[in-house]
Amino acid sequence: MKPAPFVLHSPKTVSEAVAHLADIGEDGLVLAGGQSLVPMMALRVAYPSDLVDINGIEELQNISVENEELAIGATVRHARFYDPVEPGPLGRLLTSIVHHIAHHPIRERGTFCGSLAHADPASEWCLVAATLGAKLVLVSQTGERIVEAGEFIDGAMSTTREPTELLAQARLPLLAPSARAGFYEFNRRAGDFALGMALAAYDDDDGLMRNVRVGLGGIEDRAARNSAAEAVLEGQRPTQSLFADAGRAAAESVDPMEDATTSAEYRRDLTAVCVERALAAAAASSSAQTSR
Amino acid sequence: MERHPLNLTVNGKPYAVETEFRKTLADTLREDCGLTGTHVGCEHGVCGACTVVVEGKAVRSCLMFAHQAEGMEIETVESLEKEGELHVLQEAFAEHHALQCGFCTPGFLMLVKGAVERGEELSDAELRHLLSSNLCRCTGYQNIIRAVRAAIDTFKEKASAVPEAAR
Repeated sequence: MKPAPFVLHSPKTVSEAVAHLADIGEDGLVLAGGQSLVPMMALRVAYPSDLVDINGIEELQNISVENEELAIGATVRHARFYDPVEPGPLGRLLTSIVHHIAHHPIRERGTFCGSLAHADPASEWCLVAATLGAKLVLVSQTGERIVEAGEFIDGAMSTTREPTELLAQARLPLLAPSARAGFYEFNRRAGDFALGMALAAYDDDDGLMRNVRVGLGGIEDRAARNSAAEAVLEGQRPTQSLFADAGRAAAESVDPMEDATTSAEYRRDLTAVCVERALAAAAASSSAQTSR
Repeated sequence: MERHPLNLTVNGKPYAVETEFRKTLADTLREDCGLTGTHVGCEHGVCGACTVVVEGKAVRSCLMFAHQAEGMEIETVESLEKEGELHVLQEAFAEHHALQCGFCTPGFLMLVKGAVERGEELSDAELRHLLSSNLCRCTGYQNIIRAVRAAIDTFKEKASAVPEAAR
């Protein structure tokens, strides 16, 4: 249970960090919060030759709203979302979700961007990024590129990040002031990985649902939007029976993961429940209240 | 294995040690600083026995490399007792029988120290949620919940009676 030897680099700037990544190449990894990486190293599932510790880079600790986007720096920790980071529906949504991520001491270290780079299928932040259409800023020595979350997440624990790239920032589009958003997660114990979860958001257009986004996490090999559920809902009035229809449509459309304790059929069943409950939570959300 | 010099500040005291980069803060506290109050259980972030306070935040010391903590204020369970007097939290754990074997106790104490000293108004659900961070295989948790609740109340009373003395 001790990590294999490695060389630790502690850059103070992004340019120093990407220079290290360029030098090291394939066998290097970025160390952000370390709350998934360090256990994997202890279990010798991961044994990088070098770690580039980005915790000392001040510019990556920032979170701000710019051009209708919430810009989340690479070392912004989960605990930053305990209180809304912006006054709109997005800030409240993130606060309602953060309590589902692991436990308090993990949230004090683990980072939003690190969760995306790790790409666990049961990651809450991957679900948020995929459903709300986050743009991810990847920086390397040769420049910067911006990738949509749906293209960044490439399967379980797999992303399209090159080993020489640093995920420096995630940009989440703000939700409209009239937007409704809700989240539902099921697991058997507090802090466990989700067996299934769903995120739903829509704009309330005079009682009709517009710009509907429904995403699923922990069900398939990656967090992703579910177009079958969205098609049922778009332009309709929000009702409990329609939410149940959307849940059934999602359940029929998914290709669930299977493991020793949870069958694919169980996850399919859970899909319907999660979608229905996330939609109900969205409908119950309002501009004035904080859902927890 | 190559060791690298490292300066740590633990419970206000400086420690100059030499460790490998791969050594966790938990192992370094125990083996290099001689502070064996911090216990190592699962070594992969699940059990919380190794919880310490770094820069005012409760963290798993098995999920941080010691070299990452250079220049930071680290507090371990050894910091709680002052001049022979137990911390309010330790008194409450003894009073409410919140430990049996005691292996998990340092982790629980450091997990909730911040909440107690800030006099946080935690609901029962919030307190249980916080305590769900750490594992105890003896007590069934009920006595830990009682002890922490009592400690929060006692700390608030003391703080309001003598505002500065409790610091």
